[in-house]
Amino acid sequence: MIAVQHSAGVPDPLSIPANAPEHCPGTESELAGKSDACNGCANQEICASNTPKGPDPSLPFIKERMTSVKRKILVLSGKGGVGKSTFTAQLGWAFAADDRTQVGVMDVDICGPSIPTILGIANEQVHASSSGWSPVFVQDNFAVIHVEGPKKNGLISQFLKDVDWGELDYLVVDTPPGTSDEHLSVVQYLKESGIDGAVVITTPQEVSIQDVRREINFCRKVGIRVLGLVENMSGFVCPSCKTESQIFKPSTGGARKLAEDMGIELLGSVPLDPRIGKSADYGVSFLDEYPDSPATTAYLDIIDRIKEILGD
Amino acid sequence: MAHLDTAVARRLQSVKNIIIVLSGKGGVGKSSVSTQLALNLHASSPTAKVGILDVDLTGPSIPRMLGVDGHGVHQSSDGWVPVYADGSDARLACMSVGFLLKNKGDSVVWRGPKKNGMIRQFLSDVRWGDLDYLVIDTPPGTSDEHLSLLEHMAPVHARLSAVIVTTPQAVALMDAMKCLSFTRAVNLPILGLIENMSGYVCPCCGEISNVFSTGGGEEMARREGLTFLGSLPVDTELVTVLDAAEVDNSRQDGAEKKGAEVLQRYGRTSSARLFRRILESVVERLGEVQPVQ
Repeated sequence: MIAVQHSAGVPDPLSIPANAPEHCPGTESELAGKSDACNGCANQEICASNTPKGPDPSLPFIKERMTSVKRKILVLSGKGGVGKSTFTAQLGWAFAADDRTQVGVMDVDICGPSIPTILGIANEQVHASSSGWSPVFVQDNFAVIHVEGPKKNGLISQFLKDVDWGELDYLVVDTPPGTSDEHLSVVQYLKESGIDGAVVITTPQEVSIQDVRREINFCRKVGIRVLGLVENMSGFVCPSCKTESQIFKPSTGGARKLAEDMGIELLGSVPLDPRIGKSADYGVSFLDEYPDSPATTAYLDIIDRIKEILGD
Repeated sequence: MAHLDTAVARRLQSVKNIIIVLSGKGGVGKSSVSTQLALNLHASSPTAKVGILDVDLTGPSIPRMLGVDGHGVHQSSDGWVPVYADGSDARLACMSVGFLLKNKGDSVVWRGPKKNGMIRQFLSDVRWGDLDYLVIDTPPGTSDEHLSLLEHMAPVHARLSAVIVTTPQAVALMDAMKCLSFTRAVNLPILGLIENMSGYVCPCCGEISNVFSTGGGEEMARREGLTFLGSLPVDTELVTVLDAAEVDNSRQDGAEKKGAEVLQRYGRTSSARLFRRILESVVERLGEVQPVQ
């Protein structure tokens, strides 16, 4: 026998704040801040009093730390596994190819960090020093910060506050897929010091494009400039017969159509090259190892375009 | 035991097997494997009742893959009515946050507690009815969503099991290992490992390229003493079927036809043939993991 279930209304996921408790009455409700569900909610005071809360105490420290960082770029994707970390790594390597440029990469994908493997620093540890945490160096002008171990609250603000980056020309932030806690935190903490923009990565098929559409709306919602869209895994050249085929078919027009629809720039398309994955597994720079690959050319063109947009 | 009598436990009383699909890394094909698992379970017998729950709250792909994108969820006196991908047969029930969003470009940006609430509602408020199998597609990694799921389903823990999906690359395998240690920590039995995107057949000359290398999943399964359920090559045909063209939002009947079409078209792909063997192993392992049924 099935016990009688209460019938719950179908919720509208957008009308409730991101960090609300499960029975949030809604911020517009008369019960806002006063219902039982509000007890313990981070927003309770705001809802109850209608006066905005003061800023996070770590913000001034982050701002101070970030004054020595010229450009802050986020790498985003809606779906996982579309090549965010790989792109972040290539971007880092390409920036760092000029030895006068100081580059930092911050991996905030706390649940599945692949940056250490891709950059070949999987066995290196972040060290603490008197001036803060010292990042791991891939080469003299290329610093990386990542985390191993359990997810910790407040880790992102610590990353931004306590890592001793020194002078940086570029800080590239690699994020987890989707739009979750990590994204909110990064945006919240970096907003005051200014985010120069986000590069959004997608693959050509609709399931990925669909998620990217959400990601771009997220950027708009929180006020981040989208520098442009990169289509990854776009086409595959058979090493045997050299014929190009589409593994992930752009069934709805792919990134080009999405860029048009959303009014953003398509920075370029990178074909799938099995050597990209191999380079990532061995932690070597694909751009340096295979300068003749069409994917290398595509990456470099995209990176040039990003610099151009940023005015560097 | 009184403390086990939760709304979730009552609701899931009529569900025989719950299979959670996990992967460490994103984009290895969790959703496509979940969809295929559901489709194959559905096809395994003319009376099998299957549910598929998409708890990837920020990137729901299941509606698209089953061709029921744009459907809304209705409310009945006995809870939310899931969307049936096979139309009036009502043997393939589907629920996703995607159905709750009015605009498909809307982004859901939630922190932990809110996600937890949504997942609890998915488990307790959806009118699943009698199900032989409930397949749960999860977001990548092991995060809030996974903890919430296991916490809420603790009363039905004996009916839970998991499938891990990976690609053959080192980065994906490393994340899959993390996933494995998570399942061990929470005492979740594993049915086995599926290696996805293992090789790509050139449609022109038939040459197999190991786009993301190959064999890594089988190796990991052997090392960790897991059942290797099988490997699936990249199948462009499958991508096309699951990615299928736009569904007209205004026409409910159109969407239903679409869902039924996916069922038929999927059966003709080469992945469907390969997956049938994987399904046999899954069912066999289910019998071993949960002998009391």
